[in-house]
Amino acid sequence: MSNVPADRRYAKSHEWVKDAGDGVVEVGISDYAQSSLGDITYVELPAVGDTLEAGAVFGVVESVKAASDLYAPVSGEVVEVNEALDGAPELVNQEPYAGGWIMKVKVADAAAIDALLDSEAYTAETA
Amino acid sequence: MSELQRTPLHAFHVAHGGRMVDFAGWDMPVQYQSILEEHKAVRTTAGLFDVSHMGEADVTGPGAEAFLNRLVTNDVSKLYPGRVLYSPMCRPDGGVVDDLLVYMHEPERYFLVINASNIAKDLAWMREQAAGFDVTITDRSDDYALLAVQGPKAETILQSLTGAKLGMLRYYHFGEGTVAGVHCYISRTGYTGEDGFELYHATSDAPALAEAIMQAGAAHGLQLAGLGARDSLRLEAGYPLYGHELNDDLSPIAAGLGWTVKFQKEGSFTGAEALQAEKADPARRRVVFFRTGDRRIVRAGAEVLDASGAVVGSVLSGTMSPMLGEAIGSALVPAAAVEAGELAVDLRGKKFVLQLVKPPFVELKKSS
Repeated sequence: MSNVPADRRYAKSHEWVKDAGDGVVEVGISDYAQSSLGDITYVELPAVGDTLEAGAVFGVVESVKAASDLYAPVSGEVVEVNEALDGAPELVNQEPYAGGWIMKVKVADAAAIDALLDSEAYTAETA
Repeated sequence: MSELQRTPLHAFHVAHGGRMVDFAGWDMPVQYQSILEEHKAVRTTAGLFDVSHMGEADVTGPGAEAFLNRLVTNDVSKLYPGRVLYSPMCRPDGGVVDDLLVYMHEPERYFLVINASNIAKDLAWMREQAAGFDVTITDRSDDYALLAVQGPKAETILQSLTGAKLGMLRYYHFGEGTVAGVHCYISRTGYTGEDGFELYHATSDAPALAEAIMQAGAAHGLQLAGLGARDSLRLEAGYPLYGHELNDDLSPIAAGLGWTVKFQKEGSFTGAEALQAEKADPARRRVVFFRTGDRRIVRAGAEVLDASGAVVGSVLSGTMSPMLGEAIGSALVPAAAVEAGELAVDLRGKKFVLQLVKPPFVELKKSS
């Protein structure tokens, strides 16, 4: 049974978004996603300052098994990336909702967050 | 689609959290918890693999040695009872039908181990090639389960379950014995580059034997290991995998297995002429092994480019070496391209130079 915390929203493409205040959200991938991928060996991060469009590819997460695109759950500007993942991509496996966060985004439209799935809907999606 | 085949340890795998995948028509565990951890356990302590999907065949009769020597490229006449030989078996054009292990029980009685994906093809090929030889070929694939215990602690763990003197058994040798009350052929072989043993036994004994090994190994750090770790271990050791570094279109000469091709042995073998010609051809292709100095995995099928950016070959296998912490792999390229120098791959718009390496990629501790 995968872990789906209620304090954040989820995209069908398995990214999560958590309100970090001041119009900024933290983004990562779900426990379900990291578990499906298996051992993560590399995370290709976006650059700070990149402008993201919701639904577009913003990075790649590689596991022993496969390389998978990451999709921006919301539109906005990348204000910070988790540089710890360069040396320790396994953080995404170990702490998908904490130390394994991927980037912080200043969202263009706060309403877009509400359009994402809540934990119940995402749980149903991945059941 | 036909139903996937199951080894006698299917329920055991599911009970131990195995993540099951379709491998050559078999429902097999690719991993239990983590491929990287399972790999490291085999290099530092020990790992237990179920390889019961592999095929087995008995080859018996007065013509057995002559037949096998015609069938495979290596020299079967060098075998003696208890000795194991690795060899490709080729078609007349030099392409590899399969690579296999030949066990000699006694003169006129041999035991072959073949790849799971090739069982039907191999048996058909062998029966066709047996015409004119006084030999009987019997498919034993359904009769045997096969467990592999691999790693520096393998001997210690298994010794606690058997009266057989494992320390006396040399690499690529085998004997008969009882392990945890189960009658086995105990073979000092494996596919990980580590010291270790492979235990052939009756399928009905497999669950009890696997549990006994798990219990004996718990205090030594033994972990269950799946096909994912098996693949990264064999690639790190530089061992070919059928379907990647060897196939119907790729010869043992190209694969760098020239040491298994014995042109000088008594009597010729299938493929000898083609392999001689290939060996003398300066335009021949070669399998090379590489590291990239980066964590991004270069996967099978990726194009290999020369210094001018022209496509000269392709990647055959690629993974992350858990011991090196970087991507490693193998590629098929013309010998001339290797001599010309820089080879590279393009990965999502970024160029990675292939640093050619003579495997193994890591120091291995297997006995010899």
